[in-house]
Amino acid sequence: MSSETKQILTTDGIPLEVSLKKAERKNKIKAFLLVAPLLFFLIITYVFPIGDMLFRSVDDKMVTQMLPKTFKAMENWDGQDLPDEEVFAAFHEDFIKLVEDKREGKLSTQLNYTKNGFKSIIKKLRRASKKFEEGNYKEQIMAVHKRWADVEYWRAIQRRAPEFTGQKYLKGMDMYVNEEGKIVSVEEDRRIHRVLWLRTLEIAFFVTVFCFLMAYPIAHLLATLPMKYSNLLMICVLLPFWTSLLVRTASWMILLQQQGIVNDFFVGIGLVADDNRPEMMYNKTGSYVAMTQILLPFMVLPLYSVMKTISPSLMRAGKSLGGTPFVAFWKVYFPLTIPGIGAGCLLVFILAIGYYITPALVGGASGTLISNQIAFHMKSTLDWSFASAMGLMLLSGVLVIYWLYNKIVGIDNIKLG
Amino acid sequence: MALPKYTEPHYRIWHYIYLTICAAVFFFLIAPLFVIFPLSFNAEEFLSFSDGMKRLDPDAFSLRWYKDMIYGTKNPWGLAAKNSFIIAIFATIGSVILGTVAALGLSSRHMPYKGLIMAVLISPMIVPLIISGVAIFFFMAKAGLAATHTGIVLAHIILGTPFVVITVTATLSGFDHSVTRAAASLGSDPVNTFMKITLPLILPGVISGGLFAFVTSFDEVVVVLFLAGLENTTIPIQMWTGLREQLSPTILAVATCLIILSTLILVTAELLRRRSERLRGINR
Repeated sequence: MSSETKQILTTDGIPLEVSLKKAERKNKIKAFLLVAPLLFFLIITYVFPIGDMLFRSVDDKMVTQMLPKTFKAMENWDGQDLPDEEVFAAFHEDFIKLVEDKREGKLSTQLNYTKNGFKSIIKKLRRASKKFEEGNYKEQIMAVHKRWADVEYWRAIQRRAPEFTGQKYLKGMDMYVNEEGKIVSVEEDRRIHRVLWLRTLEIAFFVTVFCFLMAYPIAHLLATLPMKYSNLLMICVLLPFWTSLLVRTASWMILLQQQGIVNDFFVGIGLVADDNRPEMMYNKTGSYVAMTQILLPFMVLPLYSVMKTISPSLMRAGKSLGGTPFVAFWKVYFPLTIPGIGAGCLLVFILAIGYYITPALVGGASGTLISNQIAFHMKSTLDWSFASAMGLMLLSGVLVIYWLYNKIVGIDNIKLG
Repeated sequence: MALPKYTEPHYRIWHYIYLTICAAVFFFLIAPLFVIFPLSFNAEEFLSFSDGMKRLDPDAFSLRWYKDMIYGTKNPWGLAAKNSFIIAIFATIGSVILGTVAALGLSSRHMPYKGLIMAVLISPMIVPLIISGVAIFFFMAKAGLAATHTGIVLAHIILGTPFVVITVTATLSGFDHSVTRAAASLGSDPVNTFMKITLPLILPGVISGGLFAFVTSFDEVVVVLFLAGLENTTIPIQMWTGLREQLSPTILAVATCLIILSTLILVTAELLRRRSERLRGINR
């Protein structure tokens, strides 16, 4: 026998190592092919469109394409004094083309976003431009309105030259780029979005806390009761879980209305006067109450599945070693439930932060969240790029939480009922 | 949960406080659903209990709103129910097929980039619905599928597959792969093995995933609000419009029917879960 170990061969004469690798690769491809249909379906219909949102949110080509010659001519302009005849002539040429296509209205809307006051002067320019003579456009345009002779307005046009802009994101945080090109906040009383972001965080946070405080005792009860009782009580958790969101919201609308049952009850026990019934709906209270009840099962189920695995003898051991029931609970039981708490809290928080339907119905003006604002811009103002920008800001927040969730609990550990 | 005899009084008191808290939370969870039930039989147009109802006067109750739901003039519920069922059934079929096949691949230990792919596959469940709604709307508008049944079905397949993937992967985690190897060694081809061996064993997981997908589609309103035209109206859309404009008892009649439906689904899901646990030999 030779001292060298011989390479092991399969019956085909191929080295075993090579053959094994080939088989593994085949298995890999097989597994991937099974996943492929869903993966590609989701990439095309879901992942790309989210990327499309990113593109839309920074897209600012509209003005760039409306005034191509103007921006070309502006490249040589230092932005200090009024631009020279070359820029005015180019602007005139672009403008005539827009008037021919009847698109000058769009231009005025767009420019008005950058600086107020463009609407009227573009209207005036359209009327005047019909009588323009060839040559010396600078004089002629400046004669239309004194703002056309104001360098600020030409700087505002120049700011729209880039094809991409981050201004929708700034708007989402109530900031904008001022005339000097600095990023500043809007006036105090117009900061609607910051209020909404803070309120969304606040409501999501407190709903999570309320859910946790309510879910912990009942999950514990469900996990420690004998099977035949706990199964029955589990229905109380699962029935709302399976019931339509709108049905549950409707029931809260009935309960919380001014002539509703909750108010009747308060009047009945003498807590409030009959003629002074509190408004419990169409404000934050409505959002809090309804969202807590609707999201509660999402907290109970992960807590329950973790508590179910904790052996009751651990508590007994804690007590037999001299701990009072409270010490045994706090030092032994509670730490063991932390994975469940993490899962439940993050799940509820993620769901609450993106809530739309319930706040829209019972939240009124003071109980709506950022999602409602996104829907408003999608459906009413049709400012889709702004809706996309806010959606992505929300999404990045959720992804951070999702990442934390993965770190703490692991994404494979999601349990559904 | 009886307390042992030697329990000290203040722990005894604490125990009863704990039970009271639990009872209150259970009441908070379930009671709102039961308010809808009697009110949907209200003979009057109000959404609170009339004096007659409090006295249990038979005249105060009627089936008026159920009749209105079924026969009412310019009745939107018939069309909405038809659309909802059609969309939900097709979305469920699509989700179950795509999701189950993907779960089979994901459960294979040879699957490359498992974590990343899993994250993509279940992302529609994690991303807030409003963002999914915006993204899916952009896609459907480009593809010319906005305001069509096909578009809504595709959208609901996107939202429903994560549930199928998760439930089927969970079922497969307790799956003994030697049975498929046994089948293969006895000469069965992979498709035959899947139909005869694997599928019957993972069926509870597949069906409960399908139930999740069905409920997701049947109850979905955010994405449909962006996508649906007048002809694609669904039950959730009608309820949403109704709740925004004016709360009529007809909505409560519809809601009662939906609660009955969800009870049926809950019972099915529970029976399946128990069967699946029995099959996997988990005894708790």
